[in-house]
Amino acid sequence: MANTADRVSTRGRRRSGASSLAWSILSFLVVAAITFLGLITVTFFIGRVIPIDPVLAIVGDRAPASVVAAARKQYGFDLPLWDQYLLYLTKALKGDFGNSVLSTYPVMDDIRRVLPATLELATVGTIIGLLLGIPLGVLAAVKRDSLIDQIVRVIGLVGYSVPIFWLGLMGLLVFYARLGWVEGPGRIGVAYEYSFTPITGLFLVDAILQGDWDVFRDVFRHIILPGALLGYFSMAYISRMTRSFMLNELSQEYIVAARAKGLSETRVIWGHALRNAAVPLVTVIALSYATLLEGSVLTETVFAWPGIGSYLYNSLQNADMNAVLGGTIVIGALFIALNLLSDLLYRVLDPRTRT
Amino acid sequence: MSALLTVEDLRVAFHTRTGTVDAVRGVSFELGRERLGIVGESGSGKSQTGRAIMGLTPPHAEVTARKLDFDGIDLTNISARARRDLRGDRIAMILQDPKYSLDPVMTIGRQIVESIQAHEKIGKSEASKRALAMLESVQIRDPARVYDLYPHEVSGGMGQRAMIAMMLIANPQLLIADEPTSALDVTVQLDVLRILDQLVTERGMGLIFISHDLRLVSSFCDRVIVMYAGRIVEQLKASELNQAQHPYTRGLLDCMPRLGAADRHPLPTLDRKPEWAL
Repeated sequence: MANTADRVSTRGRRRSGASSLAWSILSFLVVAAITFLGLITVTFFIGRVIPIDPVLAIVGDRAPASVVAAARKQYGFDLPLWDQYLLYLTKALKGDFGNSVLSTYPVMDDIRRVLPATLELATVGTIIGLLLGIPLGVLAAVKRDSLIDQIVRVIGLVGYSVPIFWLGLMGLLVFYARLGWVEGPGRIGVAYEYSFTPITGLFLVDAILQGDWDVFRDVFRHIILPGALLGYFSMAYISRMTRSFMLNELSQEYIVAARAKGLSETRVIWGHALRNAAVPLVTVIALSYATLLEGSVLTETVFAWPGIGSYLYNSLQNADMNAVLGGTIVIGALFIALNLLSDLLYRVLDPRTRT
Repeated sequence: MSALLTVEDLRVAFHTRTGTVDAVRGVSFELGRERLGIVGESGSGKSQTGRAIMGLTPPHAEVTARKLDFDGIDLTNISARARRDLRGDRIAMILQDPKYSLDPVMTIGRQIVESIQAHEKIGKSEASKRALAMLESVQIRDPARVYDLYPHEVSGGMGQRAMIAMMLIANPQLLIADEPTSALDVTVQLDVLRILDQLVTERGMGLIFISHDLRLVSSFCDRVIVMYAGRIVEQLKASELNQAQHPYTRGLLDCMPRLGAADRHPLPTLDRKPEWAL
């Protein structure tokens, strides 16, 4: 009897499981849309209430009043704030953030140019952080309170507390100026800068696609130092979180059971404990990736990296509000997308969230 | 009868910041191919006794024994590797609550297959065939379906059967069951016990049945050890439980309600004497 009841109820759960997946993807998208709308709204109003007159930023301080008034009318700044907002919203949803005052190009074109540079750097950093951070975190948890654990803790602490611009400058000083192992500032050497036509904007990928190994080597030598630097910070965070998730998993009863089965420690740690720890780790990794995307302003400044961080910084300094708003919204959208992705991965990794 | 397991003066101590906690303080017993029940309250050291025999004591604990002998193998003096090879293969353990003791992100079938593969070089399809057969022998009616389920998708009784299947698939000679039914509904407890009983008899295993339930242990086991504060206070045949001498055991028996007996309200409670823990 009990068995039949079990079977029926499980089957029922399975069926609703399939439709609940579709349902939850739908609700994901709705939440994402609402979040995105909120993002545009908040960004727009913050951009409008800060004491920067966008018209003056365009025409300059000393323009005659008639020019200012004409510009105000031309850009729609004479409309009520609500109308301005609706106008901005409809255009932004089509990917039109207006033109940048600084570059005179559409903001979207500028972003298309600078975003891949940041994406590439953050991706390299995250890959380095993952490859080092997870094994270190696992090791620190398994050998808790040992020398290795202490070393990992100190590495993490340094990663948290040393300012990145200082480490960046020191890195440049040692590895570029003194040792000459890597290239200096910028993404690509002058020798290749004008002959190389990017496809995706991710130079490493483009070089591989074109089979141009000289460019690849040059780009690699440019990206490795800032990438390693971001990777170090990402590693500090990931290893710390991995350690604490692993400690939690290793104290669970199923680990005792796995050992009672006679499994090897390797299998117990990597096959069972880390597999379970991977579930919350996904969120941590996504967050760390997002942090590298938005927080690379300092790195990009030190390494003269033409990414979205330095683009935003420059725009802000010049009161180029279209560029600032556009850049903020794009980064925010990336954040939302990463969150969605990690939520979906979470469901893939944890069967308990599927029912 | 040659003993399958000999334990002499087993001690388990945890060194903590606030001092040393002696969880097990000199436990000695012998076990043949029989059912031995270990009864005691929480903290009496019964579970730690079982884990020490398995070699699964936490690393910060100190385990010593004058003798810890399994089927002629001196467990105090073998490598971690050799110990691991015994685990799951010749000595196995069933844990209390399948909700926590099964890996939540791995299907039941894979967890059983993993158990076989830890000890045998065996192909995947062969291993899963044996896992299915094992699921059937713990009376799971639809093994092919349960094989693909995750632990959270089955009931407690089903989960504990899967646990039994996982631990018995390598045909161990000694099984340590650590409160195997305490987390289950009363109605399911009997089912699981019956399955356990049948498999232990069929396969001629030695069984250590750890529980806090004196009544259950006495009905299920041949012999009973009563532990209190890390020591064995009494050893007796299950059938002679009524002749228990130690005041702790007497006290335990006394506080059980009896059907048809004279009205006893309130039921007597245990009055722990400090000298028991000496």
